Amino acid sequence: MLARLLLGVLMMLGAAAATAADLPALPKAKGEACIASAEVMRRDHPDMLKHQRDETLRLGIRGAKASLKECVACHATQAADGHAVPVNDPGQFCQSCHAYAAVKPDCFECHATTPKTTIKEASR
Amino acid sequence: MINRRHLLLASGAILIAAPAAAREAGKPATAAQRWGLLIDTGKCGAECTICVEACKAEMGLAGHDRPRTDAQYIRKVNVKDPATGAGHSVPVMCQHCAKPACVDVCPTGASMKRADGIVLVDRHICIGCRYCMMACPYKARSFAHEEQTGQQPHLPRGKGTVEGCTLCVHRIDEGRLPACAEACAAKAKGAMLFGDLNDPKSEIAQRVAREATTRIRADLGLEPAMRYQGI
Repeated sequence: MLARLLLGVLMMLGAAAATAADLPALPKAKGEACIASAEVMRRDHPDMLKHQRDETLRLGIRGAKASLKECVACHATQAADGHAVPVNDPGQFCQSCHAYAAVKPDCFECHATTPKTTIKEASR
Repeated sequence: MINRRHLLLASGAILIAAPAAAREAGKPATAAQRWGLLIDTGKCGAECTICVEACKAEMGLAGHDRPRTDAQYIRKVNVKDPATGAGHSVPVMCQHCAKPACVDVCPTGASMKRADGIVLVDRHICIGCRYCMMACPYKARSFAHEEQTGQQPHLPRGKGTVEGCTLCVHRIDEGRLPACAEACAAKAKGAMLFGDLNDPKSEIAQRVAREATTRIRADLGLEPAMRYQGI
């Protein structure tokens, strides 16, 4: 009897959790495949980038497997007018998940949020 | 065996010597190299700002029309000898010292010298205290006062951190010239010679060994990698 009651409570809890928040909907990436499986990337991408950033900046090691520049190049979407949409805009690849997980990375206070664009000197 | 250089020379192309081959992926910078510039002020026009513009475009430095606080990695300084009236125009940027004052005073280790002598700011740990800006005798560093947008992917920069000339590490690591030297050679008189001061075969090392060169504020003993001629 008690077990059945507990099971019922648990099932109700599970149902409530499922409707608490919708899972983030991610825009599709440009590339073929990521550098690791989605499970690994979801959990470990902060450590990958943190490890790589010190090696690149302080030791000058280039061409690392994990690279924020490559992440952005692959995951930034294009608006209808052809402009790249920043990856940290609401609903975009980075922001949709970070908003869901309630974390605020500060990478993009400094790092570019769109792939490289050529700036014309004449326009300055 | 005809190599690429002979082919270029045979084709009559103007050879802007590539400083070195790109470093292999996964290999760190080594102390075998010491990158530097030799600047001939005789070829540097007082009104010419091609190197400054090229740097701003390369690094994505958009100003706010506030010259005192806007970021500048390279600037033109016009100097005049009061005794003779002789004037010179000198491009001044981070001098990438062997004994950098900014690294000495930095409380966090953000100001750092890479193995190949390039002095950088690690903005990941910079707290924006600006000690380095006070310590630097060359006024080479700027502070980002505003939130930044539209950065170049190869040069992250953000509010509350100090920044300065990186000698275009992102280009050097690919085996290309710094943007200022490239633009000066292409659009101006080629006053800037970039190369490896440690390589006896490089043009810059040979000229520095053969000709008289000056270093700004050599009396401070910081041993800059930037050398000037004609001042």
